[in-house]
Amino acid sequence: MAEFLLPKNSKIKVGKTWPKPAGAKNVRKFVIYRWNPDDGKNPQLDTYFLDMDECGPMILDALIKIKDEIDPTLTFRRSCREGICGSCAMNINGINKLACIWGIDEQKGDIKIYPLPHMPVVKDLVPDLTHFYAQHASIMPWLETKTPAPEKEWLQTPEDRALLDGLYECVLCASCSTSCPAYWWNGDRYLGPAALLHAYRWMIDSRDEATGERLDDVEDPYKLYRCHVIMNCTQTCPKGLNPGKAIAEIRLMAQERLH
Amino acid sequence: MSADVNRGNRPRSPHLQIYRPHILMVSSILIRITGNGSTVGMLLVLWWMLAAAAGPEVYAAHSAWLFGWWLSYIVWFGVIWALWYHMLGGIRHLVWDEAIGLELDTAEKLGWAIVIGSVIGAVLTSVLLLIF
Repeated sequence: MAEFLLPKNSKIKVGKTWPKPAGAKNVRKFVIYRWNPDDGKNPQLDTYFLDMDECGPMILDALIKIKDEIDPTLTFRRSCREGICGSCAMNINGINKLACIWGIDEQKGDIKIYPLPHMPVVKDLVPDLTHFYAQHASIMPWLETKTPAPEKEWLQTPEDRALLDGLYECVLCASCSTSCPAYWWNGDRYLGPAALLHAYRWMIDSRDEATGERLDDVEDPYKLYRCHVIMNCTQTCPKGLNPGKAIAEIRLMAQERLH
Repeated sequence: MSADVNRGNRPRSPHLQIYRPHILMVSSILIRITGNGSTVGMLLVLWWMLAAAAGPEVYAAHSAWLFGWWLSYIVWFGVIWALWYHMLGGIRHLVWDEAIGLELDTAEKLGWAIVIGSVIGAVLTSVLLLIF
């Protein structure tokens, strides 16, 4: 059921404002969502100021600088710093992006950072993705075959391989699913754009022999058909992929096998 | 597929409160809003027809409520716009159901097209109704 307001324990309070760096000329303001599981308080927005002349170019550089030099308690996920691990997805000025490949100079004014939307928060900018990963596992994200394995590898023509372009690049950062209002309201049953893009990636793989089973699994009023083509997924994807189109293609495949 | 996702009274991160609106998101929710608005509009039409069925005196009295004063013009324009918008939004869904027009820039253009198209359609329809 759609619940448009935040529950009582999730209402955001005004938090601490940290002092401005002394003598800095090029200062920018960062407003960051904080929640500590240990102090029993509601989430709050803390304000930090950074000297841009002393800071790297990306949002992740700013977060690391804050953690290193101002407030070591600030908690966030990060790893590869080049947009391939998908760890540092977060809501930056109202859109879900990977902090490591989203430039500070692309942002106007103050920079507001929240965890991925409508998720249970573990701490600060770290959401619990357990359910998201379980949904990904449920679409069988591996090659399913029935014929005996060939002596060497499963072959594929360059044309068939090209069908997977724009799909295989997904790094499972969860930006798309957590941008989707249908996933916000019905994420317990709707698979969401990320899992469905992966489902489509295996459905159209020329080597896969379980297309029918895959379609059977997602053909459900919630799992697949809760998508209302709002297209937040495609608009937000930090890798420039198009989960919205993948969902439409799955629906077409489901329609076409009826004829 | 239930996961233990709320250990220790975890808060829910903000969503509608912080997400930046854009043409695709707004043009989508407007389809639902105009769908409900059209239903209200049809109830007004029903009211008008019931009044007509109840005889000339009743019809004259209720017509004065339904037409000819400032708020009625605004409401009827809103109903006409809602019908236009909902229809154009439905056509956009038909196109999208064929997995056509889902590239980001095309989809955004379609969003603006149904917003602008519905206003043009509503203005033209209203002008025609006022003339005849």
